[in-house]
Amino acid sequence: MSNSVLSVRNAVKRYGPVRALDDVSLEIGDGEFLTLLGPSGSGKTTLLTAIAGFTELDSGSLSLRGTDITGQTPDKRNFGMVFQGYALFPNMTVAGNIAFPLKVRKWNSSDINTRVAECLALVQMEKYADRLPSQLSGGQQQRVALARALSFRPSVLLLDEPLSALDKKLRADLQWELKDLHRQLGVTFIYVTHDQDEALSMSDRIVILKDGSIQQIGGPGELYNAPRTPFVADFLGKSNFIEAEVTGGAPGAVQCAAGGESFTVASAAAPATGSRRKLALRPERVRIGAPGAEAFTGQVRQLSYLGERAHVIVTHPGLGEILVSCPTWKAGITPEPGLGVSFGWDSDACVFLEDA
Amino acid sequence: MTPGLLTDRHRYWLLILPALAVMIIFYIWPLVNILGISVTEPEPGLGNYALLAESRPIQTSFIITFRVAAITTVFCLVLGYIVSYAIYNASKRGVGLMVALVLLPFWISVLIRSFSWIVLLGRSGLVNDALMGMGLIDRPLRLMHNEFGVLIAMVHVMLPFAVLPIMANMKGIDRSFVNAARGLGASEWTAFWQVYFPQTKPGVLSAALLVFVLSLGFYITPALLGGGRVLMISEYITYQIQEFLKWGTGTMLSVTLLVATGVVILAAARFVNLRRAFLERG
Ligand SMILES: Nc1ncnc2c1ncn2[C@@H]1O[C@H](COP(=O)(O)OP(=O)(O)O)[C@@H](O)[C@H]1O
Ligand SMILES: [Mg+2]
Repeated sequence: MSNSVLSVRNAVKRYGPVRALDDVSLEIGDGEFLTLLGPSGSGKTTLLTAIAGFTELDSGSLSLRGTDITGQTPDKRNFGMVFQGYALFPNMTVAGNIAFPLKVRKWNSSDINTRVAECLALVQMEKYADRLPSQLSGGQQQRVALARALSFRPSVLLLDEPLSALDKKLRADLQWELKDLHRQLGVTFIYVTHDQDEALSMSDRIVILKDGSIQQIGGPGELYNAPRTPFVADFLGKSNFIEAEVTGGAPGAVQCAAGGESFTVASAAAPATGSRRKLALRPERVRIGAPGAEAFTGQVRQLSYLGERAHVIVTHPGLGEILVSCPTWKAGITPEPGLGVSFGWDSDACVFLEDA
Repeated sequence: MTPGLLTDRHRYWLLILPALAVMIIFYIWPLVNILGISVTEPEPGLGNYALLAESRPIQTSFIITFRVAAITTVFCLVLGYIVSYAIYNASKRGVGLMVALVLLPFWISVLIRSFSWIVLLGRSGLVNDALMGMGLIDRPLRLMHNEFGVLIAMVHVMLPFAVLPIMANMKGIDRSFVNAARGLGASEWTAFWQVYFPQTKPGVLSAALLVFVLSLGFYITPALLGGGRVLMISEYITYQIQEFLKWGTGTMLSVTLLVATGVVILAAARFVNLRRAFLERG
């Protein structure tokens, strides 16, 4: 990446037998909103704290705009950080917390006052300047932690699951606010979450971690539409998996056979004829219709109504169970369990996965 | 209030009744008697209490008592803080062992611990022998039978009482506060002093109060290590009653010490959450 601010090269961190980071390399672009996404224990916090300087790497290096910072202490790195539990200093007021990074940088008091007021305004907490952290709600504490981390205008802001402690509604509001802040300030955000929806809705790029190693990096659309491994396909949204045999065709129209059916996959790369490959198929790409309307015939096994969408499980003698997600207003039919239906998908709906 | 609740309450009173009876018979009643003796012996009136203003030795004894208690408190706080901090910042495996070592002295009687110091600090004790053997001194140092000796042993005996409240306090402080401070640009010292230390103040104040109050009334250690030359008030009282049979003076001093201690605790109550300091040990 040409405008990379931060690069992580071959980072390794072991805790006894556990490889919390297993050869992680990553370039982070200037002003980017980068999300580290993975299940609990996948090494997200370890990577973030290694970047912040709290976790010492066993091997590998970190550099900031070309300067090596691997051995630098956290206070010298000049990154803002929002901790998982916020870590607001309980002995200082909201204003005191926000002023703390400025005081340790020996700013004069009038500059401090101006900046603290600006930061309070930025997160709409002007009225709470003199409260103690214990007198604030979770969402308010979150805002103060954010203001504190931004008060000294760091070029990189690190956030470790900043919204995970909040309820759903508040989380959605704060997601918007965080995105706005990111756009407004142009600061590079490195954001840790285990929530795939949060990652998809907020990020410029997402890094998917599993067992300490990077599974795939890409934009939300790219990862969602073209997952490389079964893990990514399953972790970001839901997927149907089909074991298929490549029977012929060419790039753009690969012929496949699975479960006694044959179909075409519009894939740019054509796997060798005769090879067995795993395909991922998003439930919302599967169409369902009256018998005969679509290519394959199956039977509805289960239906669950989710408000704006419905999930239907269709069984097919060869393909097994296929999950279909359709808008409820478009379904046209009421797929009662036991009902015979037809289903099918466009040739670009299936994606070849790597074996992993 | 339902009748059921009422009987429940009565049952709880029944449970504490034996303890209450013991307290009244063996503690409150003697205390009342002591108060009584102090204003009736040798003759009715406040004559005994007038001694507080008149008697030089009594005043000196009170001064020594408060001075020894204060110095002991200061040393216990400093040492106790360092020990607690080390325990909570050591590797996880070390914590249990170190806490056990802090509690170990409680299994050995104060009398034995004080005698051990005599063995160490005496004229031909271990310390003096060693120093002379190494040629560092040519006459034994006076390490005991003075305030110095009393202080050494007092600090030793009182140290666990300082460590426990501070440790309980530190246990509740998350590592992430210091990390946050460091991440925001603070040096290690600034992070400690401005973020960590303020959060340990309640523990430090509880420890101070506990050690100071216990030291004020301490008897065995000052008596043994002071060798009659460092008369703290408890020993002074013993002398009055055992040697001179002056029950009036002895009881008056007891009451005065009790009141003084009460005043200290009340004054401290403004800064320390007493309930937490004495009742809710972590
Ligand atoms: N201080 C530590 N000591 C021992 N193991 C740790 C420590 N920190 C993290 N780990 C282990 O490293 C792995 C990654 O942890 P972490 O980075 O916290 O994951 P995440 O934040 O993705 O949930 C986990 O298996 C965890 O148990
Ligand atoms: Mg984590």
